[in-house]
Amino acid sequence: MAEESYPDDLLYHPEHDWAKVEGDTATFGITWYAQDALGEVVFFDPPEAGANVKKDGPYAEIESVKAVSDVYAPLSGEIIEVNEALSDSPETLNDDPYTAGWLVKVKLSDRAETEQLLSVDDYKQLLENED
Amino acid sequence: MGSLVAVAEKRTALYDQHVEAGAKLVPFAGWEMPVQYEGVRAEHVAVRTGCGVFDVSHMGEVATEGPQAPELLQRLLSNDVTEIEAAGAQYSVLCREDGGILDDLFTYRLAPDRFLTVTNAANHPKDAAWMAEHADGFDAEARDVADDYAMLAIQGPDARELAGKLFVGKLPPRMHTAVLPLHDRAGGGAEALVCGTGYTGEDGVEVLLPPEAAPALWAALLAEGATPAGLAARDTLRLEACFHLYGNDMDERRNPVEAGLGWVCKEATGFIGSEAVAAAREAGPAEKLVPFALTGPGIPRQGNEVLADGEPAGTVTSGTLSPCLEQGVGMAYVRAELAEPGTELEIDVRGKRRAARVESRPLYPKKEPKED
Repeated sequence: MAEESYPDDLLYHPEHDWAKVEGDTATFGITWYAQDALGEVVFFDPPEAGANVKKDGPYAEIESVKAVSDVYAPLSGEIIEVNEALSDSPETLNDDPYTAGWLVKVKLSDRAETEQLLSVDDYKQLLENED
Repeated sequence: MGSLVAVAEKRTALYDQHVEAGAKLVPFAGWEMPVQYEGVRAEHVAVRTGCGVFDVSHMGEVATEGPQAPELLQRLLSNDVTEIEAAGAQYSVLCREDGGILDDLFTYRLAPDRFLTVTNAANHPKDAAWMAEHADGFDAEARDVADDYAMLAIQGPDARELAGKLFVGKLPPRMHTAVLPLHDRAGGGAEALVCGTGYTGEDGVEVLLPPEAAPALWAALLAEGATPAGLAARDTLRLEACFHLYGNDMDERRNPVEAGLGWVCKEATGFIGSEAVAAAREAGPAEKLVPFALTGPGIPRQGNEVLADGEPAGTVTSGTLSPCLEQGVGMAYVRAELAEPGTELEIDVRGKRRAARVESRPLYPKKEPKED
């Protein structure tokens, strides 16, 4: 499993999801905290490319040996790419939640929503308050 | 935040060892238990290919003693207690008058008039009270002795070879027990009840011993190369082996016949519930507990609905991703006519219908045992 880390070039959602915004597209994933809370991920049920996701709404499911967790969209838009490799090796989400463990790429429908997400410092503060 | 009501979970004699081994500890049936250490899959595979050790000290024990101890147990337990030979072991269920299952239990015969019954942690207080209450009229007593024992399960193809180094004397064969002194390598000084039983589908032993002697045995097992394994791996292992989990796969609302435990019921002994069990056997159950495997992706979970030809057909009672089979597996109650292995079903996994097939027991067959 990866060491605890929170890259500072990402935006964070309080449900422990991250977004990496590049122009009008963004990559979504789950944070180190989320994968640690889940434990060993054994199944990723990917959404369909072309589906619309809504900020704060669930768009996929991740299962560990004991638990199922919804994944929440940090931003709204249309899914343009899905990380198909995760279906064969879902443990990538534990090993590398920020790069190889990305979940979907999304064409954003409202870039202004990014202002509602947390910076890395705000997210770390939130984690401290949860502990 | 609301008012905090602290309910102290009990800790086993091995709590410090679990913390040291990096366990994730969770509340379980009133105990603070290790759910996993390094990881569920690694622990599961260690038990299938080498040797794992589980702290199962949360399990309860009831001692039944006295000249009429066999008669008392014959009244309480569903199986034929007179068939337990000296130093033997037997699996049975404890039933209510209406046949509802109170618990499933292993009973060890320590002497002609002395038995030890191991209970599920969540049921232990209920079982101990039930057994003591029904001792009236018998020249025997059933005593709660849970505090006298820690319990370790040492399981896997290498378990006997490894455990054999830590006791003085020969380990008991399957379904038998032996009282053996701990070897100096395991701290010495105490005797343990070593039982050729387990809950993983692998060979191995379960060891009951005084709590104060448990840490030295645990340390010696780890030093010999046993992998500490938690409750999560215990659950995936038992499900691959199709062993029932009380509370999931049966409870007081189910009788042993529909739960597939008719084979541990000998109604001729007149145990409490025997008439109801005989009637259930005669009538044939409306539903049966069956093992199944998904034929595609997905992981079934407890509570998922089972469908046959698009119609409701039952409910999943246990489900997981099998680490050895690498597919979703589980157990479910289905209408009796759907219980044949090979029957095609669907499982509604949170809105997605996943194709499944009824399988025969066990889902994962044990590899050929090594010679003693």
